Amino acid sequence: MSIDRDVIRRLLTRVERPARYAGGELHAIIKDWEQVEVTLALAYPDVYEIGMSNLGLALLYDGVNQQPWALAERVYAPWDDLAQALAEENVPLYSLETFHPLNEFDVLGFSLQHELTYTNILSMLALGRIPLRAAERAEDDPLVIAGGSGAYNPEPLAGFFDAFFVGEGEQALAELLQQVRRAKADGWDRQTLLRALAQVPGTYVPALYEAAPGPHGTLPPHPNCAAAPDVITKRIVPELPPVPTRPIVPAMRVVHDRAMVEIQRGCSRGCRFCQAGMIYRPIRERPVHEIVSAVDQILANTGYDEVSFVSLSSSDHSGIGELVAETLERHGAHGVGVSLPSLRTDAFSVGLAESIQQTRKAGLTFAPEAGSQRLRDVINKGVTEQDLIETATAAFGRGWNRIKLYFMLGLPTETDEDALEIARLITTIRDLGRKLRGRRVEISVSLSTFVPKPHTPFQWEPLASQEDVLRRQRLIRERAGGRGIKLSWSDWDATWLEALISRGDRRLDAVIQAAWERGARFDAWQERFRPELWREALTACGVDPCWYIDGWQPGAPLAWSHISAGVTETFLLRERQRAIEGGISADCRQQCHACGILTTLGERYPDAHQRVAWECP
Amino acid sequence: MSMLTTVVQRVRVTFAVSWPLQYASILDMGRLWERLLRRAAAPLAYTQGYNPHARLQFADALPVGYTSECEMLDIYLGETVDVKALPALLQAQAPPGLGIVSAAEVEIGAKAPQSLMRAAMYQVSLRTDVHAAEIAAALADLLQRTSIPFVRERRGRMQSLELRELIHDLGYVSGDSLWHEVQMRLRCGSNGSGRPADVLEAASLAYSDLRVHRTQLIWEERSS
Repeated sequence: MSIDRDVIRRLLTRVERPARYAGGELHAIIKDWEQVEVTLALAYPDVYEIGMSNLGLALLYDGVNQQPWALAERVYAPWDDLAQALAEENVPLYSLETFHPLNEFDVLGFSLQHELTYTNILSMLALGRIPLRAAERAEDDPLVIAGGSGAYNPEPLAGFFDAFFVGEGEQALAELLQQVRRAKADGWDRQTLLRALAQVPGTYVPALYEAAPGPHGTLPPHPNCAAAPDVITKRIVPELPPVPTRPIVPAMRVVHDRAMVEIQRGCSRGCRFCQAGMIYRPIRERPVHEIVSAVDQILANTGYDEVSFVSLSSSDHSGIGELVAETLERHGAHGVGVSLPSLRTDAFSVGLAESIQQTRKAGLTFAPEAGSQRLRDVINKGVTEQDLIETATAAFGRGWNRIKLYFMLGLPTETDEDALEIARLITTIRDLGRKLRGRRVEISVSLSTFVPKPHTPFQWEPLASQEDVLRRQRLIRERAGGRGIKLSWSDWDATWLEALISRGDRRLDAVIQAAWERGARFDAWQERFRPELWREALTACGVDPCWYIDGWQPGAPLAWSHISAGVTETFLLRERQRAIEGGISADCRQQCHACGILTTLGERYPDAHQRVAWECP
Repeated sequence: MSMLTTVVQRVRVTFAVSWPLQYASILDMGRLWERLLRRAAAPLAYTQGYNPHARLQFADALPVGYTSECEMLDIYLGETVDVKALPALLQAQAPPGLGIVSAAEVEIGAKAPQSLMRAAMYQVSLRTDVHAAEIAAALADLLQRTSIPFVRERRGRMQSLELRELIHDLGYVSGDSLWHEVQMRLRCGSNGSGRPADVLEAASLAYSDLRVHRTQLIWEERSS
């Protein structure tokens, strides 16, 4: 039953930013529970402002609500003030559409985007009155599932979820919900439903797999019954489904407070450190005319004055110039701006940026990632120093004063020399800027630390040592500090925890729970992060973090070996070897590197392949 | 074609705020109105310069959590519109919790209502087991006093103020065993605004729940 609005109104007098928890935004979809057969709560384990900026959840929300027999509502992680108010007033965590307690939904589906949000999942389950562990859930508890990039290594969360979905959920989520619908109609018990779910391609039901203890961590999970496949291969949508054109318009300010249109999925660049580049293959472009018409409709429906063309590499869309020109032609006179979140490092991109920023000259961002050519070749970041200099020259020449540069420290094979090269490169660009623009020039430099991620060529590599990373941060600070350069770097402990969970196995779920029980919440928020709780939790669980941090022999079996992103291990090992030799692999729109995606997915989606829905040669 | 920058018409819209929009801040409200007007294809006049934005002026910021039936917004337009048709046009694009009460044309050069704001009327509902007579007496007592030194916390900082100057009038209206309704006329504007909750605190009236509804904005009627 819905929680009475008066109860919520009273709770909201006790919290900061109550708009986070009131729902009822423009275009929120409110359906009658009596008229549907399956209810789903889509959950994001961080605050409203961040969760509302997630495009993936918006696509699923729209898709499920189009089914007449199902509804999807939303819930985000409550900040401490609401969490405390809920506990004190004895009110369960509720959905924003109809204020139903989470435990009254048939399905609760989490989006997993960042490892440091995982403790918030436990908070949301507990406040939603759902048993934390799948094994403890009763027949009438919701089915708790998860998807998103985190599902590509589900093991650290295996104990908390009834099922994971691997890959793109636009079509598959409806298939999963159909199983739930049948289960309800035919009175299946939970076990029967779980077995049926395991038959839906892309679904991983952890209870149907054993992960036997190995000498250190656990061995890769294998099925304990015939209903479960040995390998779970990700699902894709062969063609990008239509853009939802009536997105929810939040009343309060959120992180991405603008219209978002996905113009391309996947990336052809093949950067070896990049998990997104591996798991979102193959590349699929949305045709320009389709985007243009979607933009017309979204702007009319929302009134936004900015549209963001979302993709992993905006300047790689084959029609990007035409798209930007057409959008400005149609909407520029009404004050609509365009933003391109990920620009390639070249003069073409500066031209693009200039065309969209006639009025607002915010900073321009580029990501060379590494300081030396040698190391950029190792990670297959196809950017040369000359590219960077030309790009910066073009940007300063066209009036920009601020440039932001992203680098990573701790990349495989990195030495202090590579760090010195970062320092040299940023001072070179600062000096160039001063020559062309004068003293107003500001170069912001973000030095993050590389975290080896599952399903990449570097998935077996160790995390760099704290000593090396801190020394290299210092080397750069000493040589490239001062006027016109603003340096920022990531916190070591947060990097360490991300590395630990990213490549964790099933033993980690006890650690996550132990850290949460000790009070770990919102670990991605620097001011909230308490690494000592995690060290205590590891000790209490008898888990040695070094096993996960230090990596393994190339080719060693992994906690996620039963999950396939469609890219073969042979390809990843080949790319790893090429990396060590400093060899580059061309953009896969130019040359196929036989990553395996065509064979894996070509069989599953034969008709789509005939229609050349994606761009593999 | 470029953005309109010359103002040819100024329209004053009166609007109501209810759940869930009562939780929007004044900054949220500005963005929300700009989007609403864009959806309604209103010919907004934009400021010139680096970062053009629509010219909108609220008479006063409605505190987060309050509902209202009398909020006021001046909209500057670059083309003239039929003001009579405006309320229906705006209501069709309004998000839940926003009600359009009326629209009227105002002289373009008229003073901003914000600078003329003097007071606001509030209908305050409190849930309490204090008896009606005690509430009425406490409020009357407050009105009798010539000085009410008060310290309130705002965004983590303590602020001392003379509360009596902010109180124009107070009165008990009605009630049952649970909810009581009180009317307050409090100063409102750039040199300090009264908050109903502060008044209740100064009157030592405890309550378990409180709702504040703004019923009227009072400003100096003076044309430029």
